[in-house]
Amino acid sequence: MSTQASSLTNTTIGKKMVMAVSGLVLFGFVIGHMLGNLQVFLGPDAINGYSHTLHATPVLIWGARSVLLVAIVAHATTAISLARLNRAARPVAYAVKKDIATDYAAKTMFWSGLTIALYIAYHLAHLTFGMTKGLGYQHLPFDANGLPDVYHNLVQSFRVPWCTALYVVAQGALSMHLYHGAWSLFQTLGVNHKRYNETLRSSAVAVAMAVCVGFLAVPLAVLFGVVK
Amino acid sequence: MKFKLNVWRQENAKSAGRFEKYDIDGITSGHSFLEMLDVLNEKLVMQGKDPIAFDHDCREGICGSCSLVVNGRAHGPQEAATTCQLHMRKFRDGEEINVEPWRAGAFPVIRDLAVDRSSLDRIIQAGGYVSVRTGAVAEANAIPISKDVADRAMDAAACIGCGACVAACPNASAMLFTAAKVRHLNLLPQGQPERDMRTIKMVEQMDAEGFGACSNHLECEAACPKQISADFIGELNRDLATAMLRARGASGNASAGG
Ligand code: HEM
Ligand code: FES
Repeated sequence: MSTQASSLTNTTIGKKMVMAVSGLVLFGFVIGHMLGNLQVFLGPDAINGYSHTLHATPVLIWGARSVLLVAIVAHATTAISLARLNRAARPVAYAVKKDIATDYAAKTMFWSGLTIALYIAYHLAHLTFGMTKGLGYQHLPFDANGLPDVYHNLVQSFRVPWCTALYVVAQGALSMHLYHGAWSLFQTLGVNHKRYNETLRSSAVAVAMAVCVGFLAVPLAVLFGVVK
Repeated sequence: MKFKLNVWRQENAKSAGRFEKYDIDGITSGHSFLEMLDVLNEKLVMQGKDPIAFDHDCREGICGSCSLVVNGRAHGPQEAATTCQLHMRKFRDGEEINVEPWRAGAFPVIRDLAVDRSSLDRIIQAGGYVSVRTGAVAEANAIPISKDVADRAMDAAACIGCGACVAACPNASAMLFTAAKVRHLNLLPQGQPERDMRTIKMVEQMDAEGFGACSNHLECEAACPKQISADFIGELNRDLATAMLRARGASGNASAGG
């Protein structure tokens, strides 16, 4: 048997490692993005200036975008291949099956992931490409100082309840995905030790929940008039 | 005690199965689950019907032969026990009990509740051994092993290969079984020479048998009659990654051992 012909990513474990590494990259991005968004609370100049800095450094923004694109494509294609494999592994379903250890978040990883994918498409169209039809405002690429007018676009959008609702649903899916994923990735990568497992699991869940709260703060603050 | 049983019946691997209902009476709380099925089978034979096929051997929780998903749980409702160790006092009098075989593509049904688990044997054959020279028995203290390592290896070695982990896993993954068998030997000094080859070959065999991938649901650990920890799965992942990296570095090494 030639073990040389095969590589790590041909094994189911290797595929899971692709999920975990790409998931970790996306998780890192999500934390950075969330912190960036919170600058809305510092006023228009802060967040618009931040956006300007990013866009003024093409290496930074295009570097990040290409890494993210690779990560999301690897993550999504591997997710589909694993989902198929797992489905095929049990051709006849149980009539009665009880869950003892697993939870809703873990069992719906594929569906929360799919929700996130659809959301990413909407989110890019909405705030990156400025397709705001139906939101009743004019997307402004630049403010009076010539900086990207992120602040204006956010505030105008999230005053619209259905738009905020959509973001809330998407964040629900993301936090469920990370509730399982943020811990699961360490187990998959073998970064585990019985002495630290409990701590690792609870910290992963805490960070995932913090991300959720941080992201939701912006649209909800706008909707309820805290940020105008 | 009286029970209403809902039992999976299937001629062979090719035929479609179906549930069959049976009423059974005169069972005591001291009957084991398998003894209850024995009583039912005697009745079926007397009526000239086919008895229900199910696997069993030691009936004391050590051989790993017995199986059955009872009321949706591999080896039934009792924690850290095999079906042969499960007693009818764990059920309510008159309770309806659902009995199904281990369900996995890699465990084809032989008949009724008996499934073919030789896929697990083939994983062992791929690398679950240490090659030693025969001859006089080595002096027991010749290879010092710390208590910590010995205990961990012993925990992994507790696996009886029943396949409950596969049965309980939403993905029908054999990761807990494979992890226990790989780590048991990879932990010990005797397992070191063949460590990388063992890890790679056993994982490749596990995949070739058509088991699913691990999604870290941890259902396996909860169902395991020997309470084998899913920590071993993380350790297997680590062992595989390092084995593959080393195999790449020293081209040819991994396949040279066989
Ligand atoms: C394109 C949309 C996405 C899809 C379809 C998707 C799908 C999945 C699936 C099915 C799994 C579980 C794999 C398994 O356990 O077998 C998973 C794991 C994971 N996902 Fe996603 N996901 C998506 C987007 C994301 C995003 C945006 C993030 C980060 C914010 C993310 C982070 C993770 C993490 C950390 C894991 C855990 C990896 C592991 O278990 O080792 N995913 N994803
Ligand atoms: S019959 Fe041997 S473990 Fe149950």
